[in-house]
Amino acid sequence: MAADRWIDVGRVEDIPQRGARTIVIEGSEEIAVFRTGDDAVFALINRCPHKGGPLSQGIVHGHSVACPLHNWNIALATGQAQGPDSGCTPTVKVRVEDGRILIDAAATLIVMV
Amino acid sequence: MDGFTRTMERPAVVPLESREHLVVIGNGMAGCRAVEELLARDAGRYRVTIFGAEPHVNYNRIMLSPVLAGEKTFDQIVINDRAWYDDNAIDLIVSDPVEAIDRIGKTVTARSGRVVGYDRLLIATGSDPVIIPVPGHTLDGVISFRDMTDVDRMIAAADAGGDAVVIGGGLLGLEAAHGLSLRGMKVTVIHLMSTLMERQLDEAAGWLLKSALEARGQTILTGGDTAEIVGETCVEGVRLKDGRLIPASLVVMAVGIRPSVRLAREAGLAVGRGIHVDDHMVTSDPAVLAVGECVEHAGQVYGLVAPLWDMCRALADGLTGRPTGYRGSVTSTKLKVSGIDVFSAGDFSGGDGAQDIVLRDASRGVYKRVVVRENRIVGAVLYGDTGDGGWYFDLMKKAEDVSAVRDMLIFGQAFALGGGPGDPNAAVAALSDDAEICGCNGVSKGKVVAAITGGATTLDAVRSGCKASASCGSCTGLVESLLTVTLGDDYDGERAVKTMCKCTSFGHDDVRREIVAQAMRSIPEVMQRLHWSTPDGCSSCRPALNYYLLCALPGEYVDDQQSRFVNERMHANIQKDGTYSVVPRMWGGVTNPRELRAIADVVEKYDAPLVKVTGGQRLDIFGIKKDDLPAVWADLNAAGMVSGHAYGKSLRTVKTCVGSDWCRFGTQDSTGLGIQTERMTWGSWMPHKFKIAVSGCPRNCAEATIKDFGVICVDSGYELHVGGNGGIKVRVTDLLCKVATEAEALHYCAAFIQLYREEARYLERTAPWIERVGLEAIKARIVDDAESRDALAARFHHSQSFSQDDPWAARANGAESEQHQPLSLMETA
Repeated sequence: MAADRWIDVGRVEDIPQRGARTIVIEGSEEIAVFRTGDDAVFALINRCPHKGGPLSQGIVHGHSVACPLHNWNIALATGQAQGPDSGCTPTVKVRVEDGRILIDAAATLIVMV
Repeated sequence: MDGFTRTMERPAVVPLESREHLVVIGNGMAGCRAVEELLARDAGRYRVTIFGAEPHVNYNRIMLSPVLAGEKTFDQIVINDRAWYDDNAIDLIVSDPVEAIDRIGKTVTARSGRVVGYDRLLIATGSDPVIIPVPGHTLDGVISFRDMTDVDRMIAAADAGGDAVVIGGGLLGLEAAHGLSLRGMKVTVIHLMSTLMERQLDEAAGWLLKSALEARGQTILTGGDTAEIVGETCVEGVRLKDGRLIPASLVVMAVGIRPSVRLAREAGLAVGRGIHVDDHMVTSDPAVLAVGECVEHAGQVYGLVAPLWDMCRALADGLTGRPTGYRGSVTSTKLKVSGIDVFSAGDFSGGDGAQDIVLRDASRGVYKRVVVRENRIVGAVLYGDTGDGGWYFDLMKKAEDVSAVRDMLIFGQAFALGGGPGDPNAAVAALSDDAEICGCNGVSKGKVVAAITGGATTLDAVRSGCKASASCGSCTGLVESLLTVTLGDDYDGERAVKTMCKCTSFGHDDVRREIVAQAMRSIPEVMQRLHWSTPDGCSSCRPALNYYLLCALPGEYVDDQQSRFVNERMHANIQKDGTYSVVPRMWGGVTNPRELRAIADVVEKYDAPLVKVTGGQRLDIFGIKKDDLPAVWADLNAAGMVSGHAYGKSLRTVKTCVGSDWCRFGTQDSTGLGIQTERMTWGSWMPHKFKIAVSGCPRNCAEATIKDFGVICVDSGYELHVGGNGGIKVRVTDLLCKVATEAEALHYCAAFIQLYREEARYLERTAPWIERVGLEAIKARIVDDAESRDALAARFHHSQSFSQDDPWAARANGAESEQHQPLSLMETA
């Protein structure tokens, strides 16, 4: 696994502010890429640690997302459930360069669970 | 608005140019607070010039941590904006620090070369971060945590990714670590002492804090001594004296602060640890004053915000010829570290004659320790539950004899004073006048009470009068208790208002009223004007605000899709496996072969595992994938069907029976009236889902008496019923009235829906709404008052003229395709 391989998945503006898009990768779990109100970009596996809800469909507020199924709040930077809930969604390394979103190629090797 | 800038009457207004000139060095919390206090006493006495080293207006430095953590924006921590300087004719010079003071010529010289003369000079330079001179401390990537520039650099470093080391496990260091950790960095805290925050916490509380932070993913190295910071030009890591190397691309040095005294020392003023001042904040030169963290008063220097308020009061009293004098401050620390409440005050080192009273509740993560000497509290440390901190601190400051309550002291004020648990009014009444109520704005109990007795008899009036509870709102309960205690029977009572959510101290009705009164037009505007405590709300308040604005501004407000719950954004119902179910509209529950064929085709074509009849007389197609939704809608549209809004806080369905056309008991055309009703009401957004039914006779086969609006046809006309619910709590409708014609039934229906749309709280069904406001109040607006009824119905029809377009059709034609299509991959080097 190469340490410095990044995959371009599009422009920051391709994701609505306070919204998310998904990345579908053959043989791995879907990735959700989030853009916050202050234009920070985060990526998580698109699966809530609670009941597997698609986090990409939740309401993004601050640097958190509320899961669309049962309103668990997940911190985008760490994948940690917040408040009284506990659990963690794997994060995916992501960076922005010249307005383009790059995700860590290693994420494409994540194994389905 | 602002209690501190309200000007006092003067016999004659002195023109600006002939006033004494007060020059303030430092545009921070101390300098500006001093000017605020001065203006409040005598706005026309001085001409004021303020020098600031930073490029910003006056902001709340203690709120930098929430900015770093992404919980606040810079705009939200501004204390005084440009308008304040302009309104008070203050000359603000930013980004130009003063570099020299000439006390003989009475001038200051700034870095740019600018020379400004003064009659009185106020030094409020604050403090400088301590940088330990280990090898490598000048490398790129080594920063302190003191101002907005530091925060910007930390945010940039976090965005670039990588690991961070924070040197210093005091308050500032832990806040930096918390913020960086929230921003995704792997953070290690290196602390020289064996206990975190050892100046505020004892060993037990420090250990609890360390464990809690470690559970949150931070690495805490206590007893860690930094040997050097390694790297070529940029930071690459930190080496400890025991040889360990911790890789890092960012090092935050947060080991302490020291009074910023260079300017004063070079000007020849008397300086010890800080700039020496007397009780009136005057330095060794009578024309020069100093205030804040840069001063030393009676041998003490302070690094907290509370003493600063006291100093500024004494300073302003002195400058306006009514000297009162500063007597030093006893300080306490109440703060949140990483979301954990911590309080400490006084001396908790123990020692001779000191007795500890300790309570530990491991399961709740609570630790309390009160230190008593000769029956008087001398110190307290609270961890996890700091509610009684103010009381202990008050007892400590007054040196009260606590022997009578000693046995119950540790359980807190409510128990110890016999007020019983949950008597907040008694607790507030017992606070002394100088107890701090509002930490954000430094407002004491005495000031709040003065505002109340001065005529501020509502929470809003107190907020605008003295600023208490106007910022973060966490003291709203205390202010309400003070209103109750101060006004007694004259207070309308604590508003039974629950706040909308944790982002605001306002209730639903307050927010709605203000949206209309202030003609607000967008969610960010509401959040800004009503002091939201989060940058962009949460999943509770955003959908509510979006609805309130949509209802207030039909046809003008642009719906914010990102503030919609998933179902309303996707126009389908999300299921537990992340697929969606789709319900096409069948007007009045009536369908035909063409629609049924189209539905059957969709079920087969998209391999839907289940198709089911709903309780509202519709067909529900399950298991549709997000990506397939637009194609499914296109197929259903082609057969003439539109969105059934089975997913929305909106009109759901109008359920009917077959009525007089077929049924031998039917009295009227209930199916026809149902279809007309659905044609009139579909597409309307509501506070919550809304169901209608029309039954053709009192046998009520359409179950109209458990609907939000139900019609029961009788021989002589139509009975209109409202507020029914068949959900968790079954509620039978109330009879609103009886009307003679279909047209009237439709008219009353429109008026009722509009009243519900305008006055119910978001996510409040008609049943609890009617129980809250009373059926009579609704009858008064709809049945008894024809003018009101007509106006409501007219507003409903106006709103409907903008909302009756099929959301499926637009999306089937490609609108908002990003909601359905994943991003595509493109590999780069």
